[in-house]
Amino acid sequence: MSYAYFPGCSLRGTGRAYEESLLAIFQALEVDMQELPDWNCCGATTYMSYDELQSYALAGRNLAIAAKLKQDIVAPCAACYLVLNKTHHYVREYPHIRYAVDRALSAIGMEYAEHVRVLHPLEILLNDVGLAKLKAAVRNPLTKMRVAPYYGCQIVRPYATFDNQRNPVSMDKLLEACGAKVVYYPVKTVCCGGSQKGSLPEVGLDLIRHLLRTAYTNGANVIATACPLCQFNLEVFQKEAAWNDEPKLMPILYFTQLIGIALGLDRRKLGLHRAFVPVETLEKEFDTCLVERA
Amino acid sequence: MTDLRIGVYVCHCGTNIAATVDVLALSAYAAKLPGVVISREYKYLCSDPGQELIVQDIRELHLERVVVASCSPMLHEKTFRNVLARADLNPFFLQFVNIREHVSWVHEDKTAATQKAKDLVRAAVRRVRFHKPLEKRRVRINENVLVVGGGIAGIHAALTLADAKKHVYLVEREPTIGGHMAMFDKTFPTLDCAACILTPKMTSVGSHPYITLWTYSEVVQLEGYVGNYKAKIRHKPRYVIEDLCVGCQECVAACIFKEGKAPDEFNLGLSKRKPIYLPFPQAVPQKVLIDPEACIEFKTGKCKKTCVEACAERNAIDFKQTETFDEIEIGSIILATGFKTFDANRNAYYGYGRHSNVFTSLEIERLINASGPTGGELKTRDNRTPQSVGIIHCVGSRDHNTNRWCSKVCCMYSLKLAHLIKERTSAEVYCFYIDMRTPGKGYEEFYDRLLDEGVHFVRGRVAEVTDWAAHPSEVGKLVIRAEDTLAGFVRRIPVDMVVLSVGLEPQADAKEVTRLFNMSCSSEGWFLERHPKLAPVSTFTDGIFLAGACQGPKDIPDSVAQAGAAAAEAMALIDAGEVTLDPYTAHVLEDDCSGCKTCVPLCPYGAIGFDETKAKANINEVLCKGCGTCAAACPSGSIEQNFFEDEEIFAETEGVLLDV
Repeated sequence: MSYAYFPGCSLRGTGRAYEESLLAIFQALEVDMQELPDWNCCGATTYMSYDELQSYALAGRNLAIAAKLKQDIVAPCAACYLVLNKTHHYVREYPHIRYAVDRALSAIGMEYAEHVRVLHPLEILLNDVGLAKLKAAVRNPLTKMRVAPYYGCQIVRPYATFDNQRNPVSMDKLLEACGAKVVYYPVKTVCCGGSQKGSLPEVGLDLIRHLLRTAYTNGANVIATACPLCQFNLEVFQKEAAWNDEPKLMPILYFTQLIGIALGLDRRKLGLHRAFVPVETLEKEFDTCLVERA
Repeated sequence: MTDLRIGVYVCHCGTNIAATVDVLALSAYAAKLPGVVISREYKYLCSDPGQELIVQDIRELHLERVVVASCSPMLHEKTFRNVLARADLNPFFLQFVNIREHVSWVHEDKTAATQKAKDLVRAAVRRVRFHKPLEKRRVRINENVLVVGGGIAGIHAALTLADAKKHVYLVEREPTIGGHMAMFDKTFPTLDCAACILTPKMTSVGSHPYITLWTYSEVVQLEGYVGNYKAKIRHKPRYVIEDLCVGCQECVAACIFKEGKAPDEFNLGLSKRKPIYLPFPQAVPQKVLIDPEACIEFKTGKCKKTCVEACAERNAIDFKQTETFDEIEIGSIILATGFKTFDANRNAYYGYGRHSNVFTSLEIERLINASGPTGGELKTRDNRTPQSVGIIHCVGSRDHNTNRWCSKVCCMYSLKLAHLIKERTSAEVYCFYIDMRTPGKGYEEFYDRLLDEGVHFVRGRVAEVTDWAAHPSEVGKLVIRAEDTLAGFVRRIPVDMVVLSVGLEPQADAKEVTRLFNMSCSSEGWFLERHPKLAPVSTFTDGIFLAGACQGPKDIPDSVAQAGAAAAEAMALIDAGEVTLDPYTAHVLEDDCSGCKTCVPLCPYGAIGFDETKAKANINEVLCKGCGTCAAACPSGSIEQNFFEDEEIFAETEGVLLDV
């Protein structure tokens, strides 16, 4: 059954590499997914904190479109994933919110679609594709990689629909199936600070520092992320965070990029050229794990 | 039936009724109803003169039925039944109408309230004509008592009854009595050694002439009713003949296992024991037992059996022993089955089971106890003496994710542990609490003392226990992260050891036990008392009483008090010698019964039997509680219930609906 792909604004912006690698690996693993037509911004955290009711209506429109196509939504961006799930939860629980959202949607000839599921690529890979199929498709095992699997907070709090809230392991298992060594990462669900690096830098930078340092002390040489903002925060502020004594940079990649490398896909197709921490760092660390051919 | 002489009495109840219901109008209205020969209103009918008024009327006016319109029957139905009895009228010729809780106390509109009262009285007058002269039943009480559970509550109840020369059967599921209290090191607030105050009571039980102590045993079947219960007890095989074993433990020393390999249950798995063992040094009865899961002889049949050799003189070991059963007759039962602690694995945020130096409070009790796995030394799992210890309150209590209730004892035992840890190790101790609940005698004073001893208190619910270091001082430690709500910021406190103050929960099989004993428990599993304030030790099943933590979390003083109360109530039953039961029972009209058996499985009290020869159902009137389910379900209407017969119910219904 075909899924509706909801990129959200960030996957077309700073998170381009996430979209590229996701679409590439889903194609390679034969996951049937088409972009949701005429999708709109979900509101993410900003709009949700500004005007909750309108944000639910916005999110509701995307759900309604998916319902018309009889599809479930795959939302790779952690904020979109959370907002869509939150919309379901609040509309279901509060009649006055349901009323407002229904009214808003009926004005454009749509109705609230409470049965449309909101899924994450991690669960698609784990449940639909399965570890066995993934393992069989690996051409280029990530043997030199010691990965710290960083989930961030929005895909586990407050809704943990496909994995354990406190200690999720879906990303761990997928990366292990690709041949990587997954290190002990006790801060795997600790917040990266989100936009705090901009608004409250002393708080934001501190959180980033802890995440980088803990990965390093536990022996990681790359951090895998599942959220565009987490990826951005961990990647671009490393010098400022001064997280270690040596001038050493830690590559921060999307888990989809790592899976793509393991599947032997083209590096440009995986958006590896978009990394701020130079790809050469990766090559020096990991020998010949990057493959040129498609 | 209009020639029956009916008297109606309307009570003012001061202003409770009279302020809302026009009692004069009501009384005047009742006087005109068919069959009513006298209708009065009175300020306080339940008073002596009020009651006398009715007695006089019954005698002088030859009344045959009485209707009283006043307060709740729960309060005074019995009073006015007695009034009828005093005037030599069958007490069940009374119909009691509630025009207070059902009318004056719940309505404001006086006209409507008065009309409603009139409707209810009219209905009662129509109904009361059909009342039959019912008789209360008398049942004799067997003097023996069964106490289930040998913890401090069960022990105290058993001793109280036995000292009054009542015969007690004390049945305990574990191989020894003592319960949780035997596992504690010291008790709050006096810091008495738990074993020192418990073991004298345990040995009294073991040697009391009026107590039959059955350990390693369980009740498997119960039949009967108050005063006349029959219980079947299963004795699990110890593989040691109890009458011959003297507890010398030569067999344990001689066992081919040089070291224990099985987890020691009493020490919560913190140490190991051999397959043949004594549960703990002060066990009562002081008899060993064999664990067939760990014993080589049971597993392979090829053991040298050095234990048998060591017991050559008494020959107490018997590998062929099987379970045995006993059937006993008792009149009353006291359930004192205790509690279990919250399983700390269920709280993923505190790292129990993941980080090795996170312990539960009960584990710490065993560690600091002199007869525990480390001889009383507090050591981490990697054998260091902790320099800093964090105690987290409310684990599995006051928590919407696990248990909502407060477990009542944890604040006090946390303070006790804090004190003992400081005393033994001079470690820094941090207590993380939500509220400090110290309500008992000497409890607040104990808390004060701890404040003086330099224990650190952080008011804040701990968010997590983690092992990643944000600062060099945290490397190698467990970090407790909590908001200090009094100081107004988040703290990270690195410690060597974390103690989780786990809450109390009902035993895992609480629901099965309630089914076995035909009483109820709350949805959480705590056994249900008859009334939370006024009847905390009796249950809705006559003759079955509760004592201790099985009814709800409580400390030792309250458990002992409740056990004494349960024993007293059981004794009251026994001393009265007999009990009278209300006659609201159902009975089968044999001629009409078609033997369809619809009623048989419906009875929640198991009171309906089926006579195969006659092919008719029959109801045990002593077990019947008058719930009415069978009478309503019978397809041929062959079951009648006293006081709720069809005529009575229809008459009352008609009375409410029709306007005469």
